Parts: sequence; structure tokens; C-alpha cells
Amino acid sequence: MDVLAAVLGFVGGVLAGLFGVGGGILFVPTLVLVLGLTQVHAEATSLLAILPTVLVGAWRQHRHGNVDWRAALFVGLGSVAGVEGGVLLAKALPEHTLRRLFAVFTLLVAANLAWRALRPKPAYSSKGDSA
Amino acid sequence: MLRLLAIGLVAGVFSALFGVGGGIMIVPLLVVVGLTGRAATGTSLAAISLTAAAGATAYALHGDVKPGAAAIVGIPAVFGVIGGVALQQRLASRTLTLGFALLLTAVGIRLLV
Repeated sequence: MDVLAAVLGFVGGVLAGLFGVGGGILFVPTLVLVLGLTQVHAEATSLLAILPTVLVGAWRQHRHGNVDWRAALFVGLGSVAGVEGGVLLAKALPEHTLRRLFAVFTLLVAANLAWRALRPKPAYSSKGDSA
Repeated sequence: MLRLLAIGLVAGVFSALFGVGGGIMIVPLLVVVGLTGRAATGTSLAAISLTAAAGATAYALHGDVKPGAAAIVGIPAVFGVIGGVALQQRLASRTLTLGFALLLTAVGIRLLV
């Protein structure tokens, strides 16, 4: 089980590097379905796993000149203000409701990725980066 | 600046609610405010480091964080992200994107049933 969780963690990291996300969309279900954590514990633990992932990802992107540090600082500071609200909401919701909401969120992200891949010009391809 | 703070605020609530970084919202919104696609993904990763640090701390105060489990997924993820960033510089990853979409669909359905 630990090996499967580690493999999915690696895949989550690839997803993070490719799309500029934290990888939590894969970390949370891995922690719930493979390692048996509750939804709230999985979400809390996912955030800790995201931290080294995005730090290393940002460092690698910085070497390619792809980080606007000023913008990152303002977005990051804004997010710190919102975090407590999200924690309280997650802890207030019943476990199965939170898990179902997360499942719906996962399917919406899947649909978004599929749409991105199937339309004529992908937004984050290496060519034509003029969005 | 206000727009950037607002993007962060929304992403922060979302991040803590679902235990994700919030990049799925941050990246497209950074493109809207004028960053190129790849700069948006790089900047998003840097922003999420603050989000995840704040979120993990807030949950840790409630005793919800399991460091051993975080290491099992987080350490391999560090190697994964290095590969992901390198891949992103090189190829238009349509097949990979579709693969992830399929994987997430399976995960979402598994969580629902």
C-alpha cells in the first residue's frame, strides 16, 4: 500500500510541475483510498505534502525564468487570509459530505483537463506561449 | 495588486476546504491578469508555497496533520515535480493531459461510490 501511495505521490508531483498546481487533487484521494485516512486528515496531510513539492517546483521554474515573484507574493498573502475560512468550513461539514464535494471537484477538474487537451490549441503547451 | 490579493483569497479558502494547492484556480486567473501560460504555472507554484504552509499550520493546530503519511506521498512528489517542470519546457503534453483527466475521472467515481 505504501508503494502504491508513493507512486501516486510521484504522479501527483508530475501533475504539479506540468500544470502549476500543488498535486493535492491526487494526494487527497491517495491518502483516503490507499492509506485509509479520514477526508479531513487527508486534506490536512495533503497540504503538508504540497509544501516541499511546490517549493522545489517553484525553484525549478525560477531557473527557467517562469516565476513572477511579486505576483506570487500577493497571491500567496491573499491566500493566507482565506485559509482559516476553508479549514473551518471543512471541519464543520460532515465527513461524507466533504468527501462527496471533493469527488465532484475531482470530476470537474478532470473535465477541465479533458477540454484543455481536446480543444485545438492547449493553453499551457511549450509552443505558442502567448496567452 | 488588489486583483492578485483577491485571487489569493479565493484560492486560499478553496485550498483549505479541499486540501489542494488551489493552482487549478490560480493559473487561469493569472493568465487573465496578463501572465503567459508558463509564467502563470511557475508563479502559481511559488504562491502555493505560502498557501500550503498556512493551511498545513492551521490544520496542524487542530491535530489533523499526519506527517508520516505526508512523507510517503510528498517525498516522491518532489521528484515528480522536477520531472513535470522539465517535461513542461519540452513538449505539448496533450496525451499526458488526457491521461490525467482519465485518472482523475476514475478517482472521482471511486470516491463517490
